[in-house]
Amino acid sequence: MEILVIQVLNSLFYAAVLFLIAAGLSLIFGVMGIVNMAHGSFYALGAYVTAWSAAAAAGVMPPAALFIFLPLGAIAVAVIGLAIEPTLIRPFYRRPEEYQLLVTFGLLLVLEDAIRLVWGGTPRTASGLVDSLGLLQIGGLPYPVYNLAMIGVGIAAALGLWAFVYRTRFGVLLRATAQDRRMAAALGIDVGRIYSLAFGLGCFMAGLAGAIVVPSQAAVLGMGVEVIVLSFVVVVIGGLGSLEGALVGALIVSALRTITIQFWEEIELAALYLIAAIVLLILPTGLFGKKA
Amino acid sequence: MSAPQAPSLARRAAAAAAVLAALLFVPVVAGTYQTQLLTYGLTLGIAALGFNLLLGYSGLLSFGHSAFFGAGAYAVALMMRYLGVTSMELFILGGIAFSAVLAALFGVVCVRHTRIFFAILTLALSQVLWTLAYKFFWITGGTDGLRVPFSKLTLLGGQVAFPGADAFAKFITAYYYYVLAAFCVCVALMWLIVHSPFGKTLQAIRDNETRARFLGVRIWRYRWLAFLVSGIFTGVAGSLWVPLNGLTTPDVLYWPQSGKIVFFAVLGGFRNFTGPIVGAVIFNYLEVYAVAVTEYWQITLGVILIALVTFLPSGVVGSAARLSARLKRRREASP
Repeated sequence: MEILVIQVLNSLFYAAVLFLIAAGLSLIFGVMGIVNMAHGSFYALGAYVTAWSAAAAAGVMPPAALFIFLPLGAIAVAVIGLAIEPTLIRPFYRRPEEYQLLVTFGLLLVLEDAIRLVWGGTPRTASGLVDSLGLLQIGGLPYPVYNLAMIGVGIAAALGLWAFVYRTRFGVLLRATAQDRRMAAALGIDVGRIYSLAFGLGCFMAGLAGAIVVPSQAAVLGMGVEVIVLSFVVVVIGGLGSLEGALVGALIVSALRTITIQFWEEIELAALYLIAAIVLLILPTGLFGKKA
Repeated sequence: MSAPQAPSLARRAAAAAAVLAALLFVPVVAGTYQTQLLTYGLTLGIAALGFNLLLGYSGLLSFGHSAFFGAGAYAVALMMRYLGVTSMELFILGGIAFSAVLAALFGVVCVRHTRIFFAILTLALSQVLWTLAYKFFWITGGTDGLRVPFSKLTLLGGQVAFPGADAFAKFITAYYYYVLAAFCVCVALMWLIVHSPFGKTLQAIRDNETRARFLGVRIWRYRWLAFLVSGIFTGVAGSLWVPLNGLTTPDVLYWPQSGKIVFFAVLGGFRNFTGPIVGAVIFNYLEVYAVAVTEYWQITLGVILIALVTFLPSGVVGSAARLSARLKRRREASP
């Protein structure tokens, strides 16, 4: 029973991380129609920036204050995203999809090596953050409070994003631009600014995912390349461009992953990829996607 | 594809013969290392040729061709390890069989979609293979991979073997000609395919799917066949590549390998028959020298890729063709 509770909590923690990444990916696709292959690298960037800054400040700041580096890491990634969108991505909105995929694939290669150039090949952690919150006893088994807090962050991020997209003026502009770019531009919306901000927001979410992961597991090279295929699986199951889909997809994928790891570890990822392929076959637009 | 003054068939044949003649002399003038590099380039060229039947001629961007390349490579390694096969001809047949089965299966699923969904489907399916090769280590060797030492290999029905410690140079020379022959066969076959009614139909579907459907073309069947042929060519490339590399690891099935194959096509120019082949050969040199010069070779390749898609979308070959056409027009304009 305790094991089950812990597995459910683990699954929810993982779902929170996956949701943050996939929601950003889906947001960028929904608004500008770009599938960002480099999205996983923004997640890795968030993890590295957070681990590095938290480690640098660990001597001078109390452990509890180090939590400020989680949002700071995400903001750093958002700033990088805001710089990249107008310079690299913007020339490609009117070009065929293969070029859009390729330019973001090029960006992925650059970002992966840039991380190696700046932080080297040794794994980086910020495990002090997990220790500072201590452990909780669940039926006699210790469980880090940090994970529970981050499940909370995931829920807060989902609610915040929903409110932002559906309840603010900017959200209205965002959805209008996503639906009909030319009409939005004709009505006087600064489409370029909306695109930049949407890309920045997507990068912020990916960076936040990296930031909340790095205290519980180390930032390593290749983590972004590994996660991107999994977040494709999430958005394919949920529906490309749908935020609700990203949430449901993340919950499904992390639950499936927990179950397969428990019972047949070898087929963990293979099962997930196969399920994504089957969903695409039966429901091309996913569970929540709009009809093309 | 606006090429009204395309070179005539005779001129193309003459150019191809000249290139082939030059290629025949490479092992004579160049050292073992350069010959080996070019052999790598030629095997990758076959993969690019297969890939481009989908991207260039069918308009389908596959991000999962590592699956077929890896299938060809693993077919060789598994046959050598578990069946004790040493003949390269049998390896190629095995690679063709393995990649054909795989492409037939994947194709049924993938050709129902186009554009971004096609790319993601091929990506997801290829990664199924990657995780299997990675996780079922007692069969595939896991991350250590499987060795395919050239000393165990025989060519031409067992007539040519490479025993002894100093056989490497001999192997490279012989294997270069072997790969070159396979390469010529593949190029000729693909040329026939894309200029056949089948190839023309694929291009018609690419350019206007609705119109092709109204003309009674069975779109999925054509796309499936293209997928199958494309997968087999890439599988053959993987089979030829693995004895050269001496080892196959799950990395050849990992999705960045698919990205590299896409890179070949874009580098050379995928709206062009020779583009992807030239792209593969150039990419091979680029990668080898970038790795030799700097530890950060990925950044170099990434910058080149971004620059290419931004400034030279028709690739090296496409841009060169356009440049020479412009020069020719200028010469004709001025008396």
